[in-house]
Amino acid sequence: MSTELLEPIADQATQLNIDRTAGNFSYPESHAFDAGTGLTHATIDYISDVKNEPDWIREFRHKALDVFFSKPMPTHWASKDLENIIFQKIRYYLANGQKPTRSWEEVPDDVKRTFERLGIPEQERKFLAGVEAQFDSEAVYSNMKKALGDEGVIFVGSTEGLKEHPEIFRKWFGKVIPTGDNKFSALNAAVFSGGSFIYVPKGVKVKHPLQAYFRINAENFGQFERTLIIADEGSEVMYMEGCTAPKFETATLHSAVVELVAMKGAKLQYITVQNWSANVFNLVTKRAIAHEEAEVKWIDCNIGSRLTMKYPGVVLKGRKARGEVISIALAGDGQHQDTGAKMIHAADETTSNIVSKSISLGKGRSTYRGLVHIPKHLKGCRNNTECDALLINPTSRTDTYPAISVRGTGNACQHEASVSQISAEQIFYMQQRGLTKAQAMSLSVNGFVNDLVRQFPMEYSVELKRLIDLEMEGSVG
Amino acid sequence: MSLEIKHLHARVTATGAEILRGLDLTIEKGKVHAIMGPNGSGKSTLSKVLGGHPDYEVTEGEVLLDGVNILGMEPDQRSRAGVFLAFQYPMEIPGVSNANFIRAALQARLPEGEELEATDYYARLYEKMDMLEMDRKFTARSVNEGFSGGEKKRNEILQMLMLEPKYAILDETDSGLDIDALKIVSNGVNAMRSAERGFLVITHYQRLLDYIVPDIVHVLVGGRIEHTGGKELALELEAKGYDWIKDEVAQAAKA
Repeated sequence: MSTELLEPIADQATQLNIDRTAGNFSYPESHAFDAGTGLTHATIDYISDVKNEPDWIREFRHKALDVFFSKPMPTHWASKDLENIIFQKIRYYLANGQKPTRSWEEVPDDVKRTFERLGIPEQERKFLAGVEAQFDSEAVYSNMKKALGDEGVIFVGSTEGLKEHPEIFRKWFGKVIPTGDNKFSALNAAVFSGGSFIYVPKGVKVKHPLQAYFRINAENFGQFERTLIIADEGSEVMYMEGCTAPKFETATLHSAVVELVAMKGAKLQYITVQNWSANVFNLVTKRAIAHEEAEVKWIDCNIGSRLTMKYPGVVLKGRKARGEVISIALAGDGQHQDTGAKMIHAADETTSNIVSKSISLGKGRSTYRGLVHIPKHLKGCRNNTECDALLINPTSRTDTYPAISVRGTGNACQHEASVSQISAEQIFYMQQRGLTKAQAMSLSVNGFVNDLVRQFPMEYSVELKRLIDLEMEGSVG
Repeated sequence: MSLEIKHLHARVTATGAEILRGLDLTIEKGKVHAIMGPNGSGKSTLSKVLGGHPDYEVTEGEVLLDGVNILGMEPDQRSRAGVFLAFQYPMEIPGVSNANFIRAALQARLPEGEELEATDYYARLYEKMDMLEMDRKFTARSVNEGFSGGEKKRNEILQMLMLEPKYAILDETDSGLDIDALKIVSNGVNAMRSAERGFLVITHYQRLLDYIVPDIVHVLVGGRIEHTGGKELALELEAKGYDWIKDEVAQAAKA
């Protein structure tokens, strides 16, 4: 399942020989700080103590834990598989107490080995403006091109963000996604560690992407990173995240909260290529606020995990704000990709666009859930939603649950959905031209997502195609 | 060297209905064979069976490509061995550009680790497209998606020109073509005629054979070749229909 995401593309030979388990390795763990197994208020104090946090964060965490305990599992609408998460068997904080270094040389050897095997920091040298690498609970490496720092760009871990930049951090932290938004946002609020804090000052356009790389190395572990990105007026920034974990026998939990704020006229793009191993529960809350004439675009690609539940959203708060979610999901045997998008229109002349494509193969299951809300008092709002599902095998499954409430006059909404299959005739046609059945399948599937893949940065689109090829291997009988 | 079909029996896998009943036919390199026949005689089935379509099951007989039996091969292996099928109804492949598709087909013929040279590839592709009077925009369009019937048929011939098969089977390539398109497509096929290549042209109408002039014409009735002649046989069939051959078959059965 896990494949390294960041294979340098120049090395064609390595690519051809790569195997799908390239992310599936781990080194022995030795953590100086371990919050132990299970979750109580004592766990919160342990985390706050180790991180030496200000009191307001400690209180925030304790309150969030109570909210988490009080909320039921959302199994009345979501997968019953959630019941298999045993919260008292998970370890909530594992770290070595070191600060993230700015220099790759200073990263501890075992961690360095892991990330180098995953293609970092070659990628950084090639095309990134900054990189953060998180290993279990904490960032081990965080670096940004000096020129950006000179322009006032901040790119640090969440802990450093809340301590060093409280005047910006506190203003937005937990405001886009309140603690009580859902059970897992509450869990994250209680035990969060790691993730990025980014601030891009007014008018600054960050030309190259900033990237975070998340790695789970320990078994029975929960990773709860918290990311907050603020693009100030007229600024532009693109953020990318990748993730892998080794395949353990037991379930692993990843529950992140990502909050984005795009101020007036800002442009913010957030790109995810999720390739967790197939034992990871990936339950993530992602939302943005777009102020006047701001543009927020989520590009979300889910290939790995056992169960993913993720519905990136945009609250279109200012006039003429624009929100977009482009998502690709690939669900193989034993996987359920429950993904979608939320567009909350809250100002006149706001527009939103959702394009979702899912591929289910073997016994894989993909679900699309979409929420589009345009209230009656608004004028000139538009939404376009397209969701297409491709089923590869007779045992594959897909479901679509759109919830659209568009009221008022002069607001428009367009929704298109399709479910298709690759026909035996199509495969025969392609085979007749000399492609093997597997090549024909791969080409068809790549064709299905091609228009979306083209929206990814080059390095990622090449990688995505390769991942899809790998996933398709063995899916034909 | 030839594509030799020996006593071929084939049935529809799902229903068991036998369509080909002991078909014998040898297509020599350098020759163009035409097969004509009434509806339901098994013409299209023959092309699909030669291609290895999973809907059909061969119960008896052999198909030898330059002496090697291809019946145990997958459709893609047959293709790479040199059998090309121009489809009566070419399939659409959404999101896959024509240029990428043909490139993938050529790449599949190269040894592992060897890459198709892009500049040469495009030069060749453009040359063949010019021959078929196809606009360059067809390279970027998805394979056959939104193509007219005539455009699809031209695209089949384009693929044949690019893949340079040893034996090409054209299944009702004339259907859906107007006279201008028919001439263009025929020019493409005629340009491919050589001592190194054999053709099997399946058609319902004699018209195509005015442009692709066959060396030998066969009549397929009831899943068997019942009559063979020169190119003039096509004209005779056009004039007289197929009934006289069916009668011949009936007479022979009585005797």
